[in-house]
Amino acid sequence: MYIIFAAISLAVLGLALGFLLGAASRYFKVEENPLIDEIEKMMPGSQCGQCAYPGCRPAAEALVAGEALPTLCPPGGKALAERLANKLSIELDLSTMGDQVPLVARIDESLCIGCARCIKLCPTDALVGAPKMIHAVVADACIACAKCVEVCPTECLKMHPVKVNLRLWRWPKPETAMAGA
Amino acid sequence: MAFFDIHALWTGNRQPKIRGGVHPEQRKEATADRPIDLGLPLPPMLYLALQQHVGKPAEPIVNVGDRVLKGQLLAVSQGVVSAPIHAPTSGTVADIMDYPSAHPSALPTPTLLLEPDGEERWIDLPGKIDPFGLSPEEISLRVGAAGIVGLGGAAFPSAVKLNLGRRTKIQTLLINGGECEPYLTCDDRLMRERARAIVDGILIMLHGLDCRHAIVGIEDNKPEAYTIMRMAADELGEGKIEIALVPSFYPMGWDKQLIGYLTGKEVPADGRATDVGVLMHNVGTAYAVQQAIRHGKPLIRRIVTVSGGAVGAPRNIDAPIGAPLASLLAHCDYRPEDAVRYVMGGPMMGDALPHPNVPLVKGACGILALTQEEVSATDAKSCIRCSRCVTACPVGLQPLEMVARIRAGQLESALKFGLKDCISCGSCSYVCPSEIPLVHYFKYANGELLTRDQANHKAEQTKRLAEEKLARMARQKQEASAAAAQRKAAAKKPKITEQAA
Amino acid sequence: MSTRLLSAPFTRSGLQIQSIMLTVVLGLAPGTAWGILIFGWPALFIFFVTVLSAVAFEAGCLILAEKRVIATLTDGSALLTGWLIALTLPPWAPWWIGVAGSFLGIVVGKQVFGGLGQNLFNPAMLARVALLVSFPLEMTVWVNPAPPFSASAPGFLEAWAITFASQLPTDGSTGATMLGWVKTEFSQGRLLGESLASGGYGFFKSLLGWTGGSLGETSALLFTLGGGWLLKKQIITWHIPLAMLGTVALLASVFTLVDGERYPGPLFHLTSGALMLGAFFIATDYVTSPNSKPGQIIFGAGCGLIVYVIRTWGSYPEGVAFAVLLMNSLTPVIDHYVRPRIYGRDSKGRPLELSEGRE
Repeated sequence: MYIIFAAISLAVLGLALGFLLGAASRYFKVEENPLIDEIEKMMPGSQCGQCAYPGCRPAAEALVAGEALPTLCPPGGKALAERLANKLSIELDLSTMGDQVPLVARIDESLCIGCARCIKLCPTDALVGAPKMIHAVVADACIACAKCVEVCPTECLKMHPVKVNLRLWRWPKPETAMAGA
Repeated sequence: MAFFDIHALWTGNRQPKIRGGVHPEQRKEATADRPIDLGLPLPPMLYLALQQHVGKPAEPIVNVGDRVLKGQLLAVSQGVVSAPIHAPTSGTVADIMDYPSAHPSALPTPTLLLEPDGEERWIDLPGKIDPFGLSPEEISLRVGAAGIVGLGGAAFPSAVKLNLGRRTKIQTLLINGGECEPYLTCDDRLMRERARAIVDGILIMLHGLDCRHAIVGIEDNKPEAYTIMRMAADELGEGKIEIALVPSFYPMGWDKQLIGYLTGKEVPADGRATDVGVLMHNVGTAYAVQQAIRHGKPLIRRIVTVSGGAVGAPRNIDAPIGAPLASLLAHCDYRPEDAVRYVMGGPMMGDALPHPNVPLVKGACGILALTQEEVSATDAKSCIRCSRCVTACPVGLQPLEMVARIRAGQLESALKFGLKDCISCGSCSYVCPSEIPLVHYFKYANGELLTRDQANHKAEQTKRLAEEKLARMARQKQEASAAAAQRKAAAKKPKITEQAA
Repeated sequence: MSTRLLSAPFTRSGLQIQSIMLTVVLGLAPGTAWGILIFGWPALFIFFVTVLSAVAFEAGCLILAEKRVIATLTDGSALLTGWLIALTLPPWAPWWIGVAGSFLGIVVGKQVFGGLGQNLFNPAMLARVALLVSFPLEMTVWVNPAPPFSASAPGFLEAWAITFASQLPTDGSTGATMLGWVKTEFSQGRLLGESLASGGYGFFKSLLGWTGGSLGETSALLFTLGGGWLLKKQIITWHIPLAMLGTVALLASVFTLVDGERYPGPLFHLTSGALMLGAFFIATDYVTSPNSKPGQIIFGAGCGLIVYVIRTWGSYPEGVAFAVLLMNSLTPVIDHYVRPRIYGRDSKGRPLELSEGRE
């Protein structure tokens, strides 16, 4: 007798809660995940495309959908990867990022013909120059997205590693072959 | 983050007199009782790094080929936090080039090469100077012009410190005669042999700071230095200088530890010593101030301890700035085949140099050539959480927790245990039974955080530049279409008037 | 000359993990020797079986995990864990108890967590509690002291049979520990005055260790001396032992004053069971105890409190193992909330305020 009561009451409870959940998912539905906006704000915003997505917003959408890893943004580096992973509450494996050597674009002045195609394309205006004049790279503004390298007709633009000087030198991570670690 | 310290509940926020620290073997016997060696032969070339101090590098004002005199100004300071460079001896400027720096990476740094001519001709030195006739501001100016930086190793421009101390009206000048690092005895010998000059220098600094009270802290493993300084202070100190004996342990010479022991005050984490009314200078700096103000001689030499198991005749040498370390070591009969590690400074906090072919810089207190036995280096093992590092840390951090997080890549959470407050004294690594290179992890982590901060700045700058570019292009488009519309309108007008007519 | 970039400090104190472990083992040696002496050959066998299987299991795990075997084995931690497990077993236990205990302690209690330094719970206590719950019969067969060449002692071959052929000891040689006896007598309505007398309790007997129990429960005196040796060698500090023993003594004194017939006094508690062993050798385990000194005092006090509660009102006669395990689970919480104050900052981590204004 009691068993029947128990079974009925639990079934009714389950149905009622299920009904409530269904109604909530219908009437309280959020159209677009506000998380995407927040993630997009964290990205560099230069739309460089190194992450293989057409811009920072599609990359943010992919991150929220779980299709991309937080380590996807080279200009953001490890700092951005850690912040994205914290935001999305996922485990982060930074070993795939590797210690990126910072790159900077450099113009070989002997080859530059002054066509100004690269200037139009640079997302941060790091290339300066006038038509028919030799162009130059403002190294501080360069984010190494390499779009200029692709478009240059004479291949005078190349990416070079930033030279490490005393000011940029950092302590390397200790290599510890720990027994049992 | 809310946590409570039970000990603090009944002591308030009072800092204990001595906190943490370790007692490494002193290893000072080899050099402590031998007088300073003044007979170092002049090396064939002197290498003067343009940046041997905290702040902007000095800018050379001489050209290659110029003949210069001893003490002549070769490079001027750039900006407020900077220091000039003077010629340690007379000779010819051989080159201004990039030369390996006295740094663990030995990366090249702009260096002025001076070829001595052996004549040691001074610039015109002033006659008698009365330091106490000068105004305090003038004293700071002259200290700065003499290129004096913190000779205890920090190499911070001393004039900037003096100015700050005078502006904040400090009550006590503290002189650091601790020298807690093993092997080093340069300050000990300086105090034993040149005590009167040091006392004179302290009085000059007091005058420059508008202050009336100084305390010299000397570790109790230097009884002779203490006695001699006491006598000099009693005789010349005008009652303003107190000589205090402090317990010898490492790191007693950490400025905040000494401040706490001598004055009982604690410097807030985001503040400086001047916030609690004190200013600290090294004894060597006091001596350099005396030489500069009383005799007009800029900082061109310093006492450096050359020691270590691979050095046959260890001693303190009065050496010119810019002398190659190899020549200093050779003067002391070092055996390169026994040297496993070269260290500039002491073994607890010094920098490992890949080779001794780098020059002596103003902040170098010691040059060590260590043998295999002196450098214990077995492979690191797992942390056994014995928490000896927590007991040893003088700042109150928890190295084991920080290292666990750094190894897992969680640098932000390592900050919560005080990573930014680490002074890299090395006490934790010293006691670790698993020989984990704790300080190396912290230096790496702080460097990584700095790089990430810079990367964040760059990211923000990038965003700003990208937005500005889009705005500029939109503006250009607008102007172009406005101009086109105007041209169209101008072209239409004649037709209308024609029709109207 | 090594060109690997290394950071200061370039000198070390010379203290090694191995020397720490060996010093602890030396501290345990007198008490262990006494235990083996009074319980005879079977105790010796079970001791060796446990220790050797502990080392073997550790080697096996290291090989499986492809870590450096010889270097890790020689740090002495498996030896010490096996030794401590052996001290918690009944002296005439069958060999497979020792092997199972080592397995639970080394493999489940330590290697599965990631090896040395990674475990949350004390491996020896984990092993003991798991064994106690799984094999209550074998783990509660206690014998009266029967040193070799005495009347009731088993000879060599007999001892071999006891340990390796799972032959339970004869009824004549079994007996209860003092704590167990007192508890069962309470349940039968007989109070302390009677039960202590009928159980043959004597303070010096308890102190010296002529009582039944596991190898580690006998000589309170020798384990205290061993603990003093560890203190002198600066392997442990006074905080945990004093807090643990002090709490037990304090609670025992208070309650015995309230009702002397129901609650034994502090001397009884301090000398019976594995309290001394636990206070000096087990609760002070580095890996599972808090980092800061005030935290350690809280930890020790908590252990003492739980030990007293279980001994007095719980259904088990001895509570050291449970107390240590429970406090181990609180160690991360203690570590989170009780931290040393960083120089220049207040307890909340904010920079200190100055009483007067500043530049």
